[in-house]
Amino acid sequence: MILYLILDKAPGGPLAPYLQNPHITPADIARLKHNLGLDQPLPVRYVHWLWLVLQGNFGYSTSNAEPVLQAILQRMPATLELMGSAFVVALIIGLSAGIFSAIHPYSFSDYFITTLAFFGQSMPVFWFALMMQLLFAVHGVPLPFGYVIQLPAAGLSSGEHFNLGDRLEHLVLPTIVLALLQLALFSRFMRSSMLEVTKTDYMRTAAAKGLDSRMIIVKHGLKNAMIPVVTVIALSLPGIIAGAIVTETIFAWPGMGRLFINALTQNDIALLMGYLTLVAFLVVFSNLLADVAYAWLDPRVKYD
Amino acid sequence: MAASAPTAPTPIAYDDDMVFSKVTFGKRFRRHKLALAGMIVLTIMVLAAVFAKQISPFDPNSIDNFHWHGYALPPCFQSATACGGHLLGTDGLGRDLLSRLLFGARVSLTIGVFAVLMEIMIGTILGALSGYYGGWIDYAIMRVTDVFLSIPLLPLLLVLTAIVAASSSKAALNFGVIVLIIGVLSWPNVARLVRASFLTLREREFAEAARAIGCGDLRIIFRHLLPNAVAPIVVQATLDVASVIVLESTLSFLGFGIQPPTASWGNMLSDAQANLQNAWWAAVFPGLCILVTVLSINYIGDGLRDALDPNMRI
Repeated sequence: MILYLILDKAPGGPLAPYLQNPHITPADIARLKHNLGLDQPLPVRYVHWLWLVLQGNFGYSTSNAEPVLQAILQRMPATLELMGSAFVVALIIGLSAGIFSAIHPYSFSDYFITTLAFFGQSMPVFWFALMMQLLFAVHGVPLPFGYVIQLPAAGLSSGEHFNLGDRLEHLVLPTIVLALLQLALFSRFMRSSMLEVTKTDYMRTAAAKGLDSRMIIVKHGLKNAMIPVVTVIALSLPGIIAGAIVTETIFAWPGMGRLFINALTQNDIALLMGYLTLVAFLVVFSNLLADVAYAWLDPRVKYD
Repeated sequence: MAASAPTAPTPIAYDDDMVFSKVTFGKRFRRHKLALAGMIVLTIMVLAAVFAKQISPFDPNSIDNFHWHGYALPPCFQSATACGGHLLGTDGLGRDLLSRLLFGARVSLTIGVFAVLMEIMIGTILGALSGYYGGWIDYAIMRVTDVFLSIPLLPLLLVLTAIVAASSSKAALNFGVIVLIIGVLSWPNVARLVRASFLTLREREFAEAARAIGCGDLRIIFRHLLPNAVAPIVVQATLDVASVIVLESTLSFLGFGIQPPTASWGNMLSDAQANLQNAWWAAVFPGLCILVTVLSINYIGDGLRDALDPNMRI
């Protein structure tokens, strides 16, 4: 069944451009009439484009005057740095908060965490980013002992050469902003999944055997509770990508998201197509990863 | 014999209610209280949006030339003398913030409701067809939803709005176009939801009975199956209103949504970003409006889910 799902998901990648093609047509006709090959019928152009993409050629970016693939790859490390750190933060804090509130259900701290998670889920990312900038970059948050937390509002690294402290300093705010939504999501799912698991018989058996309660939570509980959560984690990638677009725009982060927004304002169709194709590919890949992880964590699931 | 029968079920029902442990009861009560609070807040918001014209103290798009000298005026609670009668201050261009917030509420709420109506309509029809007929119809519709779901919504929305903007002008990005674009792109989740409930519903006895007495497919779908699938749709719709409001404000913030000078919470924030250093109020209040609205809608959705079917998984 899972294999069937994977096979089903897979056409999403190569098929995705079909979806974008209707979009590119009016814009093409409107602005790029003088360009070569555009008088050809749509399917011909599409097949031509697809053929080039399969060869790794995404075309030429009009706004950056460089090949699309090169433009995207050049900005990829910055985005990966941001997305990766946000992902790690969300994973660590979100999962541990979820586990914590699940093993102390309906306590004050549980209510506190779930309420916060609800806020986090309802928070518009860009406003949260603005508030963070307002607090930490414009005004600075005073601490006891006269310290003031003042963090840079924008940019990657200011210096020419690599400086780890500086890098990290610039990374803090965008990471928090980007992590918030996923963090809230993870903790909510972790909590409900863990709560379900704690009610099962095998947990009671483990407790009856006299095992250490921490041992039970980690070894018996966590592994089973993670099964549904893994799916959520893998499926959070679209959210992170969308969040990265907004976050990079606000924090002037030189990544793919900002490249995308720039391409939008300058009607750089080739670049937009390249970005969307790449993103679609990433998402399909993460779905696949979710299915594989699912089967790995849950021996009850078998590939037929 | 007949007289004693009506009294019998009451204590049993009472007993059933008592099966809830204190913990579950407390949880439900808390949820419902929050949903109630959300309802109240949302009602106030809707009323404020409907009567924006009557209650807003100033024209949302006019500049207060008398008080404004190139800098945003602070809110009255911060400086009673400098505010010039603007309760929440003005934005960087000297336009009354409160009035703009009220008119922004109109935009956000109506876009939320209309886009979701559209999404529900498309999603329900396609999901129903897919779940009821199965076979190649199901396969075709589900592949289309897969394609839609394989690309994150925000980039896709941005590309579409940018293309609309490029093919005519940015002013073409009005209310209707935004509703259309969001509605057309966000139906796949609803379609999957409806399909899933139709898959089980169509096998039930009452569907078979309807078929046996010769009902047409359309009648079975809309009169017999759909009413039974309404609960998850309602919950999803409520939660989606919240996410559409966030989406719209994000689009507007990035400059691809509602175009200035029309006030929307999103484009007010993008104006405020430039003035972040000297006008915190212009950045705080619109976002607070979004947060409060979205939060109350989400709580209502949560409450609805608990009330309609606690086992529902959305």
